[in-house]
Amino acid sequence: MSVDPILFVDHLSMRFGGIVAVNDLSFGAERRQITALIGPNGAGKTTVFNCITGFYKPTSGSMRLKHDDGHKIQLEQLNDFRISKQAKVARTFQNIRLFPGMTALENLMVAQHNALMRASGLTFLGLIGAPSWRVAEKKAIDLARTWLERIDLLDRADDAAGNLPYGDQRRLEIARAMCTEPALLCLDEPAAGLNARESASLSELLLSIRAEQGTSILLIEHDMSVVMEISDHVVVMDYGVKIAEGTPQHVRDDPKVIAAYLGADEEEAIAVMESGT
Amino acid sequence: MDYFAQQLINGLVLGSIYGLIAIGYTMVYGIVGMINFAHGDIFMIGGFIALITFLILVSFGLTAIPLILLIVLLVSMAITALYGWTVERIAYRPLRHSFRLAPMLSAIGMSFVLTNYSQVSQGARVKPVPPIITGGYTLHEGPGGFVVQLSNIQIIVVITTVVLLALFTWLVSSTRLGRDMRACEQDQTMAALLGVDVDRTISMTFVIGAALAAVAGMMYLLYYGLVDFFMGFVAGIKAFTAAVLGGIGSLPGAMLGGLLIGLIETLWSAYFSVEYKDVAAFSILIVVLIFLPTGLLGRPEVEKV
Amino acid sequence: MQASRAPGVAFIFKKALISALVALVLFSLMIGVRTEPGPQGLLIYETRFGELAAMVATVFGGSIVVELLRQWWGPVGTVRVVPPQVTSALAVAGRWVAPVLLVFTFLVPVIFYNERYILDLGILVLTYVMLGWGLNVVVGLAGLLDLGYVAFYAVGAYSYALLATNFGLSFWVCLPLAGILAAFWGVLLGFPVLRLRGDYLAIVTLAFGEIIRLVIINWQSLTGGPNGVTGIPRPTMFGIPLSPGDDGLAALLGIEFSPTHRIVFLFYLILALALLTNWVTIRLRRLPIGRAWEALREDEVACRALGINTTTTKLTAFATGAMFGGFAGAFFATRQGFISPESFTFQESALVLAIVVLGGMGSQLGVALAALAMIGGFELFRGLDQYRMLVFGMAMVLLMIWRPRGLIGHRAPTVFLERNQAISSDLVKEGHG
Repeated sequence: MSVDPILFVDHLSMRFGGIVAVNDLSFGAERRQITALIGPNGAGKTTVFNCITGFYKPTSGSMRLKHDDGHKIQLEQLNDFRISKQAKVARTFQNIRLFPGMTALENLMVAQHNALMRASGLTFLGLIGAPSWRVAEKKAIDLARTWLERIDLLDRADDAAGNLPYGDQRRLEIARAMCTEPALLCLDEPAAGLNARESASLSELLLSIRAEQGTSILLIEHDMSVVMEISDHVVVMDYGVKIAEGTPQHVRDDPKVIAAYLGADEEEAIAVMESGT
Repeated sequence: MDYFAQQLINGLVLGSIYGLIAIGYTMVYGIVGMINFAHGDIFMIGGFIALITFLILVSFGLTAIPLILLIVLLVSMAITALYGWTVERIAYRPLRHSFRLAPMLSAIGMSFVLTNYSQVSQGARVKPVPPIITGGYTLHEGPGGFVVQLSNIQIIVVITTVVLLALFTWLVSSTRLGRDMRACEQDQTMAALLGVDVDRTISMTFVIGAALAAVAGMMYLLYYGLVDFFMGFVAGIKAFTAAVLGGIGSLPGAMLGGLLIGLIETLWSAYFSVEYKDVAAFSILIVVLIFLPTGLLGRPEVEKV
Repeated sequence: MQASRAPGVAFIFKKALISALVALVLFSLMIGVRTEPGPQGLLIYETRFGELAAMVATVFGGSIVVELLRQWWGPVGTVRVVPPQVTSALAVAGRWVAPVLLVFTFLVPVIFYNERYILDLGILVLTYVMLGWGLNVVVGLAGLLDLGYVAFYAVGAYSYALLATNFGLSFWVCLPLAGILAAFWGVLLGFPVLRLRGDYLAIVTLAFGEIIRLVIINWQSLTGGPNGVTGIPRPTMFGIPLSPGDDGLAALLGIEFSPTHRIVFLFYLILALALLTNWVTIRLRRLPIGRAWEALREDEVACRALGINTTTTKLTAFATGAMFGGFAGAFFATRQGFISPESFTFQESALVLAIVVLGGMGSQLGVALAALAMIGGFELFRGLDQYRMLVFGMAMVLLMIWRPRGLIGHRAPTVFLERNQAISSDLVKEGHG
């Protein structure tokens, strides 16, 4: 199926006590492509995300990340902050987690923490105001400015993130993740709560990230219009297992997928489909 | 072995007192999520009121010890409960939905107020009383002449604790008030929407916590034969340590933590050094929390991402 | 709450009556009766019904006054609309407060040269300003609740006292050592416990503070126990003693010796230390480490998702705060010439924490103003003698109710593109650790 996936999830399982949230899930996310992970509520999508981004330790299975230079990393062996720092996997959250009391610009500066820490000589060079630090800081501000421009928030750079409208916060969170210069960007329902116009501009942003930065994107999404429009590959989950996989067109016509979404069994779904077409 | 048995008894008695105070901390924490720093002082006030009531009753010529104790217990519980209610009303309720540190500092301020209030009104000196309950049983006489004793006062402390604990467990698990308290603990907004009087429930939590602290204060007075205005601080920290050790928010945890702190303190004093007993108690707290970050019986915090 | 309709006389009267009744029960035994040791050493009691009646009457009257005030003020929690002109005027004034305060502080020893009391008070206030700024790094910026800050103050003080009295090291050698030792203890404590959250961290730091104090009391051979350490050398001006001798500063400058020289020197010393703390903190806030502290306070999970090592970030905050505490401790020791465990009780930690919270978490100016208000106010109450702590505690409660988010209710951004505008503290989180 895949030629050169950036992420390969292999037989991943996650149990919480007696509950199996993810059961023997395998899929790949293609390099420089947009892969969507969809499924009804409670299908285990966010759990998969939390495993990939190191917030949960999977019960079994492995997740292999392969960078462009061929460097391979087993994600299940890294924990929390190292996933972002070493594996270059960035993420956003279902219920936005910005730093509300910091400005939009500051949010993007925090995202460049590791690079800036190095540039500030672990703070000491920065404390004495070394020229090399000043240059690095200016570069960081410029990067942040570029992203603010791309998400159309340049004029609100100095406003507190918590004061921004909902849609802007969503985009800012994506920009913040991008400021860590990730190889893989994981988005947890980026279109949730957005209106049609905002959804469209989100699609545009994601497509431009793929085109310009060459970042691979993995996203969980409920908004089918977004999924259908931008995804290259779709993985469908229900009750912790993969029930379908393929191009958006392919999964849309899969009776199992429709059954899962309608909460009905397969025959009924086929009937619904046929009456619809 | 005999020595150990004796220390075990002493430790359990001390632990019972800590446990009674710790319940007040844990209840308030569970329901409003704040450390009630003034709770140790409520305990101290309870001790003072017990002392004063006792003196008055004796001066009126009452001699029936059980009757005196019963009246002292009830008066002390009632008045101290009112202190708990007032403190909540003045210092915490206006800050209920405020930011986290404000009620805590308000509580520290309240603790200063109560400490100083009893210092000013009753004087700074230690108030001793002659032993009120005497006698006891010899459980075992060792070959070396060492006797393991169980005094009547120790029996009373333990029995009172057990009875109160049973009563209290029943209250929380089977009454309307207990259900309201548990509902408020889960989600105050939702509880209010479902018709629970949140203000009243929180007030009652403070009242019950203070009443239990009053019992602890009275037991302290009977057991050690003295009270002073500063005793609330140390006992309060120990009891709070006990609540955290057991897992704050958990009622059996508070009792367990109290007993453990009592035992650690007593055994450490008996076998190592009296001077370092508090250091031992606090160090064990730190060690336990390193390995069990939410205490012995606390529910592990699930991180929602 | 009676928001729309003003409560009538009957309502106010009823409320006051209830308050008086509650007061009567509360005070009945504690104030109405006083216990005293009798002739045989046994306790006796005497009644004080006069005092009791006076207290109850005060509560009754006070309750009426409070209720009337509340009526006049409007219901609690109403947003009082302040005209924008007033807000901007206040902002302009606010910008002037800090420089004016700083210039004034520099001039204090000149203006009050002959007022020993004011100079001593100034030194005391500045010590607390420094402690407040130090703790501000931990509590205000990183959002970690530290109830045992005084432990690091004690480590600093005892480090200097013991190094100076046992090995004869000078203040200027010991000062950095005291800071380093305090930071070391901060890391030692912080490393295992910083993954604890919220109130668990609070109690562990409190316990640590108590452990340090108890060890100091009991390790008599090293620390002198409750008697403390005496004969701690006074500071020198980089080797030149401030003494009446021939090698003293006065003799070298050819002026007449005066004990005030040392006080003035101490004043400028603590001012310099405090300003160093302030300068470093302001610098750090604009560096990635400082931004990471604040981000940590805002959302720890998001920090981890951005690749920030939360453990080391917390540790650096803890160590930095501890280091400043250690410096302040060394200064305290050299200023007093004598230290004992009594100076390092939980009350001190609570006081410093109150200064930070009252100042408005994270605000440097706020902390300085709060230190001035609290320590200055505390001195004003000195006349109240035994009622001092009572008034102080009440003030703490009232101040928290009045301004739960502190005096300075906004946060200044650390970097900006166009407009350097303050962020309302309603948006700023307070941390969970």
